[in-house]
Amino acid sequence: MTTPVLEARAVTMRFGGLTAVHSVDLTVGSGEIVGLIGPNGAGKTTFFNCLTGLYIPTEGTVTYQGTVLPPKPHLVTQAGIARTFQNIRLFANMTVLENVLVGRHTRTKEGLWSALLRGPGFKKAEKESEARAMDLLAFVGLDHKRDHLARNLPYGEQRKLEIARALASEPGLLLLDEPTAGMNPQETRATEELVFAIRDKGIAVLVIEHDMRFIFNLCDRVAVLVQGEKLVEGTSDVVQADERVIAAYLGTPFEGEPGEEEAAEVAAAEAAADAPADSTTGSTEGDSQ
Amino acid sequence: MTHTTTNIATETQRGPVPLPAPAARALVSLGATGTIASAFLSWTYSSNFPGDLTIYGYPAGLQILAIVAGALTLLYSLTLWNVRGLHRLNPAGATSPVLMTALSAFTVCWFAAIAIAVDLGGLVNLAPGAYVAVAASALPVIGALALPHPAPGTGLRGYLTKPDQPRPGPLPALAERAVITLGTAVALIVFTYGIGINDDESETFIGYLLAIVFATWALVHAGLLDRYAGISARHKGFSATLAFVAVAVFPFTQDNDHNANLGVSILVFATVALGLNIVVGLTGLLDLGYVAFLGVGAYAAALVSGSEFSRFSGVQFPFWAAALTGMAASLVFGVLIGAPTLRLRGDYLAIVTLGFGEIFRIAVNNLDGVSGPNLTNGPNGISRIPDLEIFGFNLGDAHDVGSFTLGRFANYLFLMLFFTAIVVLVFTRAADSRIGRSWIAIREDETAATAMGINGFRVKLIAFALGAALAGLAGTVMAHVNYSVNPQPYQFAGAAPPNSAFLLAAVVLGGMGTVSGPLLGASLLYLIPEKLQFLKNYELFAFGIALVLLMRFRPEGIIANRRRQLEFHDSNTPDTPAQPDEPAVTKAGA
Ligand SMILES: Nc1ncnc2c1ncn2[C@@H]1O[C@H](COP(=O)(O)OP(=O)(O)O)[C@@H](O)[C@H]1O
Ligand SMILES: [Mg+2]
Repeated sequence: MTTPVLEARAVTMRFGGLTAVHSVDLTVGSGEIVGLIGPNGAGKTTFFNCLTGLYIPTEGTVTYQGTVLPPKPHLVTQAGIARTFQNIRLFANMTVLENVLVGRHTRTKEGLWSALLRGPGFKKAEKESEARAMDLLAFVGLDHKRDHLARNLPYGEQRKLEIARALASEPGLLLLDEPTAGMNPQETRATEELVFAIRDKGIAVLVIEHDMRFIFNLCDRVAVLVQGEKLVEGTSDVVQADERVIAAYLGTPFEGEPGEEEAAEVAAAEAAADAPADSTTGSTEGDSQ
Repeated sequence: MTHTTTNIATETQRGPVPLPAPAARALVSLGATGTIASAFLSWTYSSNFPGDLTIYGYPAGLQILAIVAGALTLLYSLTLWNVRGLHRLNPAGATSPVLMTALSAFTVCWFAAIAIAVDLGGLVNLAPGAYVAVAASALPVIGALALPHPAPGTGLRGYLTKPDQPRPGPLPALAERAVITLGTAVALIVFTYGIGINDDESETFIGYLLAIVFATWALVHAGLLDRYAGISARHKGFSATLAFVAVAVFPFTQDNDHNANLGVSILVFATVALGLNIVVGLTGLLDLGYVAFLGVGAYAAALVSGSEFSRFSGVQFPFWAAALTGMAASLVFGVLIGAPTLRLRGDYLAIVTLGFGEIFRIAVNNLDGVSGPNLTNGPNGISRIPDLEIFGFNLGDAHDVGSFTLGRFANYLFLMLFFTAIVVLVFTRAADSRIGRSWIAIREDETAATAMGINGFRVKLIAFALGAALAGLAGTVMAHVNYSVNPQPYQFAGAAPPNSAFLLAAVVLGGMGTVSGPLLGASLLYLIPEKLQFLKNYELFAFGIALVLLMRFRPEGIIANRRRQLEFHDSNTPDTPAQPDEPAVTKAGA
């Protein structure tokens, strides 16, 4: 592996007495798709927030392509990390195109004066931005909806738009927080293709997901987070075979169509260990990022 | 097409009044004609009633409104008669626009009759003409209620919901421009009529408001306003230019400088509201002390105006320098207030700006050399501000243009119009750019916006400072228009504009994030207290009730944002909730 795109070292995040993330190390190499899995409330989203500067980690450092990131979201994006949110956070009353244009904020410079004076430079930059945005919309398959309000898009398209908006900042690393939550199997498949296509653009991807088939199809490497700590990390096979992972996931139903081996795993594990009853109810908070 | 729709409808459902459809239509047309005719009769015996409604053949005041409302009713009743060309006014042949126009005539006439009886003491004061008006204006309402019910089974509510109107495609460009010209001309006439109503003729002004509210309602239900909005959106530059031409024409329609004074005050107020719209409407920052920035600009201009009451009475800046000084002073205060507070989220800004507004007024009140250093001359303010001289024109003198004489306030109206144009330009250009998009993004979701690389603090500060500077600019003109500045108008809430609450209300009432909304909202909020002097102490109460009603029935304001229109336009796409319940989402993927 060459220089890692992302290197998180001993990241710890405490909220008062609660340690949501405890001393987690994670690296993402260039061109890699890395998965991050774990039961609800394991601290995955919190870890993302630490990486992107929305939370200031209590301990630890995050390095992007060799430089330590300041814990400020806009500087992290500027540096080259873009993200989507678990509970979609589009600019609901802006159009699809405008949402993507906002994503281009860090890659354009026109300030207030140039907006007021509207010189040739401004017009050129706006045109270019729009062309780039339309390319991205075409890439995710939303170009025909450019003038629709984001709030009026169907759910699956909102997720796609969020990805397009994140890509607009020309990131070197894309963080996806449960990109297929609430999707039907076909949409999930399409998202899988989309993630591969993103990787083919040379963008490394770190993805949180509950859909195991999705994760194991997609990822070069998978890390498992349980109660804030990294339990195992490795290739799909290693992780799938790990007993502790199976135990940690007990009682968590797979929606959609669970694969045969997954169903078998669950059945076997159910027989083997006692399930923590509360993991089914989902402890994720409504306004977690 | 109109014809068939109407017929099918007639066979299936009727309104609450049992009359055959042709009779109902005839009743509406007849009543509307009668209403118009009644306005040429005498409505009362005494000329004491505002407007003098006693003279046969010379309609005045409320009678003119009755004619206009009656004519509208007649027009809309004719749309039901399958008259060639008229179906464009009511493409679906809907009932509710007819009912609304009928109500506009009805409320004007009945209000007039009741006001005469109450003001002059008894029904004996009603002349036969008034009875004719009362009877004739009731007929179209009865007739309209016998027309097909817009949504059977929903009772009266059905009449209040906007019917589906087909949306014809665009007209030829020239025709669209003609429509815009016509619309602007009508708006100018309506506005000029309203502003021309004497301050002591509150009755006429109430009738004017009633007629406008119902007529506008009718036009909304007929789908005409939506189409007009669409047309003017296609010819933005043209309609904006015409709007400015209309304002510039306004002083020529006035033979007395008092109305020009009102006009320039409205323009100042509206411009400041538009500046506030950058802060509130685009960026979503609640600024409760915005009027203080107007004050800073006004005081700065007054201090360098050369007034003998100014602390620096020897200093007299040329106006462009004074305007820049006012802007710069407001900008500095904007940054001083914004820098510490805009880093925080939530309601801190609202509290701090509220405090700043009060501190400004109290400080200005006390900087009189007695309780503090002498800067502002305390409660007396700085008066005798000399008139401006621009390019050798003294704005204080009347000037003749052709056969028209333009007085002092008309001169200032032109000056202010220039500044309004600047603010409109700044608003529209800034809104449609990288910085404007980042403001809106911050308003929509600050967390997501920062995650997209937007430096929230920076862009919020730019919006806040820009808003402050624009208010300061308007303040410099205001100081000169009013001859003087004093601390009194710069309060949080008061019975008369400008004050922070009214400014905020102008933005919210007019429509946040739009250009025309705050301008319209400000005009209404300035004119209504001016013309309804009798409200006096109840003004804030009435204002509060009006706001509550508005928020209940039209939360997006009078002029809906373009985005709202898009939402409307999108409505045929499959609709899924934007943010499904969180638990459902989490479980679904778990
Ligand atoms: N801002 C916060 N304040 C306090 N506790 C938080 C905050 N954000 C997350 N947590 C807690 O941290 C834990 C991990 O949450 P989260 O990262 O959302 O889990 P996951 O994304 O793995 O489902 C949960 O117990 C959650 O309640
Ligand atoms: Mg999560």
